[in-house]
Amino acid sequence: MHEMALAEGVLQIVEDTVQGQSCSKVVKIWLEIGELSHVEPAAMEFCFEAVVKGSIAEGAALQIDRAPGKAWCHNCGHEVHVASLIAACPLCNGFKLQVTGGEDMRVKEMEVD
Amino acid sequence: MCTTCGCGGGDVKVEGEQGSHPHNHAHNHNHGHHHADEHHHHHTHENGDLDFGVGISGTHAPGLSQTRIVQIERDILSKNDHQAWHNRDDLTRAGVLALNLVSSPGSGKTTLLARTAMDIGAKKQVSVIEGDQQTSLDADRIRETGARAVQVNTGKGCHLDAEMVARAITQLAPEKDSVLFIENVGNLVCPAAFDLGEAAKVVILSVTEGEDKPLKYPDMFRASKLMILNKSDLLPYVPFDVDKCVEYARRVNPEIEVLQLSALSGEGLTAWYDWIENAAIARPSAAAE
Repeated sequence: MHEMALAEGVLQIVEDTVQGQSCSKVVKIWLEIGELSHVEPAAMEFCFEAVVKGSIAEGAALQIDRAPGKAWCHNCGHEVHVASLIAACPLCNGFKLQVTGGEDMRVKEMEVD
Repeated sequence: MCTTCGCGGGDVKVEGEQGSHPHNHAHNHNHGHHHADEHHHHHTHENGDLDFGVGISGTHAPGLSQTRIVQIERDILSKNDHQAWHNRDDLTRAGVLALNLVSSPGSGKTTLLARTAMDIGAKKQVSVIEGDQQTSLDADRIRETGARAVQVNTGKGCHLDAEMVARAITQLAPEKDSVLFIENVGNLVCPAAFDLGEAAKVVILSVTEGEDKPLKYPDMFRASKLMILNKSDLLPYVPFDVDKCVEYARRVNPEIEVLQLSALSGEGLTAWYDWIENAAIARPSAAAE
């Protein structure tokens, strides 16, 4: 359940960002969680809600956008979409895949009041 | 605090530390450039555990304005990665090879480390950071071999992070040309996400666990440079398909190296010691020396 530590990371970034700004409340936070990253979105939502209690982001909505997993197939020479790290190339069924995208976990932006 | 498993709390203890000193330095900077290291700590080697844990800060800026969007674009792990960058920089400059050992509980990590410390300890200083939720049993086992060890208790935490490792390194102060093993919390999931500043992650899988682990826990096998198949002395007694396991591991990580050994019988250990030696030679600073 490392999502707890990651949710704390999100809150820390939010708190760092609001420092020195005139705002009283964080209304909404947008995250980008890649399909091949180390995060389960449902677990992140659950942990986020627990972590922000008593903070400026208490009650803030969390919007998680999924970035698609992408990989380069060394077997057939195409960039393909892969939904998991154990998926085969959808074009040639090969497994010589090098992940090229969908691993990021980022705080993109937030709405403050 | 997570109400499902309770992890992420503030129960971390680093053996030997005196007094609490959470040190946050979450400023932005671009990694990849060198900058003067601002945090050298005193070394204390007395026993005496230290509790720390950064609680959730509740401070906010007062005032009211209209709703607006603030661009952030920061990696969620940026704080950990920042500390990991420092750890790696410090270790590289100190000439220390750091290996992050990850596995499920019971794979034989501690037995392998104790054996390794005994076998190579005369030639090379071995230090060990032991990560467990509770007890100093593993660090005690390592210390019995004559190697230096510090226990980090993560409390309810399910993985080591770069900050905990930084503090443990301060306690250990490993010498030049030595090896630092970081035995992570036994868990095939969470430690995959956290860079500790190591030269490589080494995943240990024992043959009693089943050859399908690389497919069930792909993140960990993808993050690792080497897979060790431990307890090979038990292969005649368990239905473990080595070839299949290697095929599965290479499916998630085509580059992964594989060693088969038994920490108990000693089979295959020479290849493991050679691997460590080669990894030490391949360190960036070693290449520049």
